[in-house]
Amino acid sequence: MDIFLQQIINGLTLGSVYAVVALGYTMVYGIIQLINFAHGEVVMIGAMVAFSVITALAGTALPPVLIVFAGILAAVPVCMLLGYAMERIAYRPLRGAPRLAPLITAIGISIILQHMALLVWSRNPLAFPQIIPLASFEVGGAIITGVQIAIILTSVVMMGGLTLLVYRTKLGIAMRATSQNPQVAGLMGIDIDRIIAFTFIVGAALGAVAGVMVGTYYGIAHYSMGSLLGLKAFSAAVLGGIGNLAGAMLGGILLGIVEALAAGYIGDLTNNVFGSNYQDVFAFLVLIAVLVFRPSGLLGERVGDRA
Amino acid sequence: MRGVNIFANPQAKWLGVALIAIALIGLPFALASVGTAWVRIANLAILFVFLSLGLNIVVGFAGLLDLGYIAFYAVGAYVYALLASPHFNLHLPFWVILPIGALVACLFGVLLGAPTLKLRGDYLAIVTLGFGEIVRIFLNNLSQPVNITNGPQGISRIDPFRFGAFSFSQSESVLGLVFSGPIKYYYLLLLLLLLAIVVNLRLQHSRIGRAWEAVREDEIAARAMGINTTGIKLLAFAMGASFGGMAGGMFAAIQGFISPESFVLVESVMVLSMVVLGGMGNIWGVVLGAVLLSFVPELLRYTVEPLQKALFGRSIIEPEVIRMLLFGLALVLMMLYRPAGLLPSAVRKRELTKAATE
Repeated sequence: MDIFLQQIINGLTLGSVYAVVALGYTMVYGIIQLINFAHGEVVMIGAMVAFSVITALAGTALPPVLIVFAGILAAVPVCMLLGYAMERIAYRPLRGAPRLAPLITAIGISIILQHMALLVWSRNPLAFPQIIPLASFEVGGAIITGVQIAIILTSVVMMGGLTLLVYRTKLGIAMRATSQNPQVAGLMGIDIDRIIAFTFIVGAALGAVAGVMVGTYYGIAHYSMGSLLGLKAFSAAVLGGIGNLAGAMLGGILLGIVEALAAGYIGDLTNNVFGSNYQDVFAFLVLIAVLVFRPSGLLGERVGDRA
Repeated sequence: MRGVNIFANPQAKWLGVALIAIALIGLPFALASVGTAWVRIANLAILFVFLSLGLNIVVGFAGLLDLGYIAFYAVGAYVYALLASPHFNLHLPFWVILPIGALVACLFGVLLGAPTLKLRGDYLAIVTLGFGEIVRIFLNNLSQPVNITNGPQGISRIDPFRFGAFSFSQSESVLGLVFSGPIKYYYLLLLLLLLAIVVNLRLQHSRIGRAWEAVREDEIAARAMGINTTGIKLLAFAMGASFGGMAGGMFAAIQGFISPESFVLVESVMVLSMVVLGGMGNIWGVVLGAVLLSFVPELLRYTVEPLQKALFGRSIIEPEVIRMLLFGLALVLMMLYRPAGLLPSAVRKRELTKAATE
């Protein structure tokens, strides 16, 4: 079953990217019950910034790993700033408003970011320079590339780091307290505004790294790449149980694998009536199915885990 | 018509209405003297008003955020294109297809709404967004194994509206006035639009309209009052969808060509911006919002582009980008500073401002 194993590997790679993006959605949702529609655009901006840096450095004699690292180092602060600005300008003033209001601003922000990116980086897809040697390894009949290994490892490190941050630091305690009850947390001396802004910033930083990962994986960045990716990651967050960190990770990886398997087998299963060009549909089908049958998601009941 | 009594004096009011009517009747000729392109823009503006009115039923009246609204427009357009083009060699008359399109779109609305309307508002937004994407993916790919939608190439040579020998695509001159194709469409669309506005006005103050308002304000209280909340929300979805389907059919006929490219997420956002700018829940506000957001970007296209060329020697910001930035800004700024819209509906204003200051 080498196709099976291959699709699992591909799914795992894509899934860990979804998981990292989904963490951004789930953290924000957990703390202020807002779907940050523009999070996908943050990921896109991350990929774009990294693209610029990597292209600029591609001609130099620096080792490829260092160049990619420089890309990440540039993308992360830009996205953190973006996340902070977004929260301050578009969400904080609307915190007491009806739910429809911040959703609508979020869509507006996302459209604005997309077209700003279009202005800066042109409307054509940007090809990342091929600097990373295409090393690949054979595992039981399937092939895993160096990029895939790097993506999976990076994701694991980030998820681990975030878990430590949320469960082992004072800041994490403050975040969890705010998510459970903002008023009481405020009375306990927690500066809620700062914690919420911080949540956005951490989410955006994760998004930036995810952007670099997607960019290097597909070798392409595009101004409109964020919306579909964001939607899938959101589906992943819902699948795992929105507001739940472990859920987002599980949901992301599951969704990635489901998508990869579906793309690999749909042709055979439906006698080639449907091909792998329907790949993007599965995330939504999963989303709708979860919302209809188990709106709290796979791990949604452990409300205490929200961060 | 409550809430628009600008003229206290009823005679003055009728005078105002008459003036507006004359302006609307004369408009296409004034526009045609500038360029036929402007008449086409006016026609598209009417379609957008149509769409906004439909979305307003869902977002404004019932308070459900639908981000995949353009899918219904797409369904209507494809129904028209399939039943009146050489693609299947079917050429049904438009007065048969438009209701079919509305019906099919309505069916899609129910199909989407039935499993999802139990969800909370923000989930609904995401699911509808996903639905819009699914419809587009299917339109793009249903060229195999049976060629239904002709894939990304789209469907061309769609029939124009026709009454027997009278075709809406040809020019005619009556009493020295030249009625070009777009001008004829303009009058037809205007007529249909008036009809739609009347339907909306009647709907708003009907039993159903009040039920929507009740559900929007407080779903639990509405249920306690004996309203079948899921049913009434589903009705809003179905009604909004059929408006979208109608508009889609007209779009297909006017353009003569459609492809999945015309029905992307950005279009849904555009219609939403129109509703939000004008004032969710206020019919005249929505009309104003749609007209403004249809014409202002086009005006910009004709002013900013030459201005940039004159200043910098080339176009730095494409008009299309300016347009989208404008839509995004409209959404954000309206929500921040005037959440009830340019012409707020009385109830909506009370609700949105009161909640914001709590």
